[in-house]
Amino acid sequence: MLPAPSRVLAKAWENRAALADNTLPTIRATLAGFACSLVAAFILSALVDFFAPLRRALFPLLIASQTLPLVAIAPLVVLWFGFGLLPKILLVALVTFFPMMVALVQGYAATAKEISQMLAAMGAGRRRIFWLARLPSALPYFFAGLRISITYAVVGAIFAEYAGAAKGLGIYMLSAKNNFRPDLVLAAVAVSSALTLTLFVLAVLAQRLAVPWENAKSERAGRYGDKPSREGRP
Amino acid sequence: MTRLELRNMRKNFGALEVLAGISLHVEEGEFVSILGPSGAGKSTLFQLLTGAIRGEGEMRFDGAPLDGARFAFMPQRDALMPWRRVIDNATLGLEVQGMKRRAARERVAPLFAEFGLAGFERAWPAELSGGMRQRAALLRTVVQQRDMLLLDEPFGALDALTRAAMQRWLETMWRNHRWTALLITHDVREAVLLSDRIYVLSARPARVVREVAVPLPRPRTESTAFARKAAAIEAGILDILLGAAEPISRPSDGENR
Repeated sequence: MLPAPSRVLAKAWENRAALADNTLPTIRATLAGFACSLVAAFILSALVDFFAPLRRALFPLLIASQTLPLVAIAPLVVLWFGFGLLPKILLVALVTFFPMMVALVQGYAATAKEISQMLAAMGAGRRRIFWLARLPSALPYFFAGLRISITYAVVGAIFAEYAGAAKGLGIYMLSAKNNFRPDLVLAAVAVSSALTLTLFVLAVLAQRLAVPWENAKSERAGRYGDKPSREGRP
Repeated sequence: MTRLELRNMRKNFGALEVLAGISLHVEEGEFVSILGPSGAGKSTLFQLLTGAIRGEGEMRFDGAPLDGARFAFMPQRDALMPWRRVIDNATLGLEVQGMKRRAARERVAPLFAEFGLAGFERAWPAELSGGMRQRAALLRTVVQQRDMLLLDEPFGALDALTRAAMQRWLETMWRNHRWTALLITHDVREAVLLSDRIYVLSARPARVVREVAVPLPRPRTESTAFARKAAAIEAGILDILLGAAEPISRPSDGENR
């Protein structure tokens, strides 16, 4: 019942064409879903930041959305939106949206008060302060949320495919299971893990590029052994 | 010429009376300090000036009622944006005023040497020492070319030695530029070293208990003669702050000269 890793690898190599053929749609669903989720998280978080009452109205709904059991909701979404890309995008977005949204809202709130006050004294309006101060302040938080989100993304896509798809790692796992081929199931699992790892590394690289000042901070702390920053002090 | 003039400014936060009638004035090219105990409402006064909050009383600038963009404000701690390089922090005020980033950089770049920041234009704020951060913050403040500087305990977060060095440096800078400046501080020595005049505030609710002139010649390098005179003034101010001096300014007084 439990195939040796060597056999899994050998079978994965034998079936590489079929695996690759089923991996591509999963990657597409993952990336498309994640992109939608990111855009939605940004827009909604900005709205919530500008209209505080919206936060109280929206957050209970968002939290409720996170309690939906994926196993139950995935077949329904497929039932409603068919076997195409759309239900996968929706499910990936559903599981990845929340951590990024929470991180962004938290990050805006973490903007240093002196910086906002100074910008206001310079004559900057609310929108200006958002772009100049609140959004950059939120970036480190956002990337923390993004790293959590991205590990859910592939799983979300696979769940959606499991519930019904023409091609994809999820449906591949399902048919391998039905054909009593645990080796091929595990081969697909290995591919999905590799996908998640790759995405995670990409997220870390993106963070390095987008938040270069955080690197400067930790480098200085490393070099001089002093406190990394005075920002956190009361 | 009188630039800034406050008449009987009052501010309450609910039942808490913070400012109980502050009257003061700042002349063109004058360095004036507001000195008071912690929590006296010094920062509230600056918030009134920058328009962050509203209070009762009269604020005039060049004789007309105070309108928005007169001040370049330097907040407590440096408020440098960690995500902007030093040069882009320095240009922030100009960018908010609508200047293109490139033009703003060209405007501030020549000033880096004078502010002891040459070679650090492209550094992140996290890579600077505490004193350099304050100089960068002051650079960001003065390049805005507003009519007057508001300095809110600019050196409060520095260690004692760096603070002393920064105070001397600011005194030199001020001699060269003669900015009209209003400084908030609770450091008596700092106020005496830098100011032409000092308003001493009482504990909350704040009122002006004494207006102290500092008729010491500049440059105020630490000669023995200067130190002796300065120490006498400092001692007098400390007596006012720590002793139970009677306030000479009542809310109803209006002005006190």
